[in-house]
Amino acid sequence: MATMRYQQALRLAMTEEMERDPNVFLCGEEVGQYQGTYRVSEGMLQKFGPQRIVDTPISEIGIAGMATGAAMVGLRPIAEFMTWSFALEAMDQLVNHAAKITYMSGGRIHCPVVFRGPAGVGTQLSAQHSQSLESWYAHTPGFKVVMPATPADAKGLLKTAIRDNNPIIFMEHAGLYGTQGEVPDDPEFMVPFGQAAIRREGGDITLISYSRGVQLCLKAAETLAKDKIECEVIDLRTLVPLDMETVLASVRKTHHAVVAQEEWRNVSFGSELSARIHEQAFDDLDAPVGRVGGADVPMPYAKNLERAAIPTDNDIIAAVKRALA
Amino acid sequence: MAKTTVERPAEDDIQRGELLDLYRLMLLMRRLEESVYRKFHEAKIGGYLHRYDGQEALVAGVIPQLRLPGDYVLCTYRDHAHALACGTEPKAIMAELMGRATGCALGKGGSMHLTDPERGFLGGDGIVGGPVPVSLGVGYALKYKGEGNICVCYFGDGAMNQGGVHEAFNMVGLYKLPVLYILENNQFAMGTSVERSTGQPDFVLKAQAHGIAGERVDGMDLLTVREAANRAIARIRETGEAYFLEMTCYRYVGHGIGDDNTGGHKTYRTEEEVAEWRLRDPIHRLRDTMEARGFLTAEQAEAIDREVVAEVEEAIAFAEASPEPPLDSLYENVYS
Repeated sequence: MATMRYQQALRLAMTEEMERDPNVFLCGEEVGQYQGTYRVSEGMLQKFGPQRIVDTPISEIGIAGMATGAAMVGLRPIAEFMTWSFALEAMDQLVNHAAKITYMSGGRIHCPVVFRGPAGVGTQLSAQHSQSLESWYAHTPGFKVVMPATPADAKGLLKTAIRDNNPIIFMEHAGLYGTQGEVPDDPEFMVPFGQAAIRREGGDITLISYSRGVQLCLKAAETLAKDKIECEVIDLRTLVPLDMETVLASVRKTHHAVVAQEEWRNVSFGSELSARIHEQAFDDLDAPVGRVGGADVPMPYAKNLERAAIPTDNDIIAAVKRALA
Repeated sequence: MAKTTVERPAEDDIQRGELLDLYRLMLLMRRLEESVYRKFHEAKIGGYLHRYDGQEALVAGVIPQLRLPGDYVLCTYRDHAHALACGTEPKAIMAELMGRATGCALGKGGSMHLTDPERGFLGGDGIVGGPVPVSLGVGYALKYKGEGNICVCYFGDGAMNQGGVHEAFNMVGLYKLPVLYILENNQFAMGTSVERSTGQPDFVLKAQAHGIAGERVDGMDLLTVREAANRAIARIRETGEAYFLEMTCYRYVGHGIGDDNTGGHKTYRTEEEVAEWRLRDPIHRLRDTMEARGFLTAEQAEAIDREVVAEVEEAIAFAEASPEPPLDSLYENVYS
């Protein structure tokens, strides 16, 4: 075990996998000479050279096509988007090409590619840079969608992503890059997809989230514990595949649930999760599933408006109290 | 405007056997395409359907010059001819068009998504301009592996107005990747002519602007196409750098099944114009050349035609006798 930041854990995962497999390479804007916009790839150009750490122009369609095409003929590319907001430029290559080529070819073409970069909201970046769009990808068959909440998961899930034979949407959170945690040194340390983690045990209500939302849930749970309300906090880790078993087992124990996310509430991943809990555990619920999410507005710039648009631990506490009322 | 290449190879460079093969291949493309509307109207084929009639030389003059497998081919939704040239069985193509389990994509792709990766055919693509960013990745991988293979990427004149094409060209020019671009300039992006879709119709110039050298070629003549392709392929293998061939050509039928011969194309072109282009038909031209050189008699030509028609009919019979995909395959192949 070593203590490191989330962003260092990502670098360690990529470095280990590139040392293990010569077919893995990284491409994206400012990943090489600039050392990474968020320093995730710092030092990697010096270690692996320009053929494997590829600086690209500001061309998201090109980046997505480069990674998709290279994956189709046997390489295992990692494409970094400077932020997931910019990946909107590349939607056709992502959705109509990477996600579908395996199905369209009757399984004859594989597309082992990782698309990664920061997502998430905050720091007054306003409407075009501060948003969370995981539902778009979770909605599209063919993608696996990964959203790590801790440094250890950042490493273990990214290694699993690189070794997976499918297109992976790997959404980091810019607000988590600096967070510290224990990370296993073992180069075979992998976190499997589709296995949620119970981050805190409790018997009164289940809080379900992913990425930075897990921190909010843990903070809310700590506060609520003082009022003798014991929350079970589940970190989904991957939205696709989705570990409903862990979610349902917890709900059957607590009989209450709140789902929390940073993205817009309307037609969101939380909507899907809530619907599935109602469908699959209706008789176990003592109250409707609560939903906490971002305000359904383009992200405003002004500090006070932004604060009002982003969910907080207090929003989760309020939702818990409504569910338990 | 770039000069159009009309250079044909020296006479002794052409072998009779090779030309017979290419003649047969072009005729197979034509006869297969002629059969598909009939099967569509019999409700055996669904979806969209884009025919290659008139453009055969663009494929027959290029793909047989490749090393398959090893090299890779990408193209658009007008992809039946490309699959045939890569060696995909007509039966597997027809079965795919009819949505059968024996199709080259197990009935999951259809006309626009024929595919045969073991033969180097990475498939058709239903999105205008879509294969060009993918070709950037294929080209990058080929350079990365360093085995001297190349990627050939086909696309139409309409694709030249897609942003992704220019992003990809820029990066292919920047990284110097072994890709041969074949612009199938059949004069129309669906119903919109080149003149009505761009302020700069010199496509070679546009490729050059991205650092990709190129030339314009008479795409209605197989020998000219073959000669230009051979030079381009040799150049790419030697330098590792991309090359761009704008092939001037014409599609005789409408854009797709919704724009068939009896309907829509009259709104954007005249029957006289179509008839004029048909006079330059690449299959007739090759037959004339071969007859003049004593490579082919009228009787031999008829015999080849009979063989080819029989092959198409056999493919149709195979497809019609093939089962539909099993329903439990619905959720298969979403993931590898």
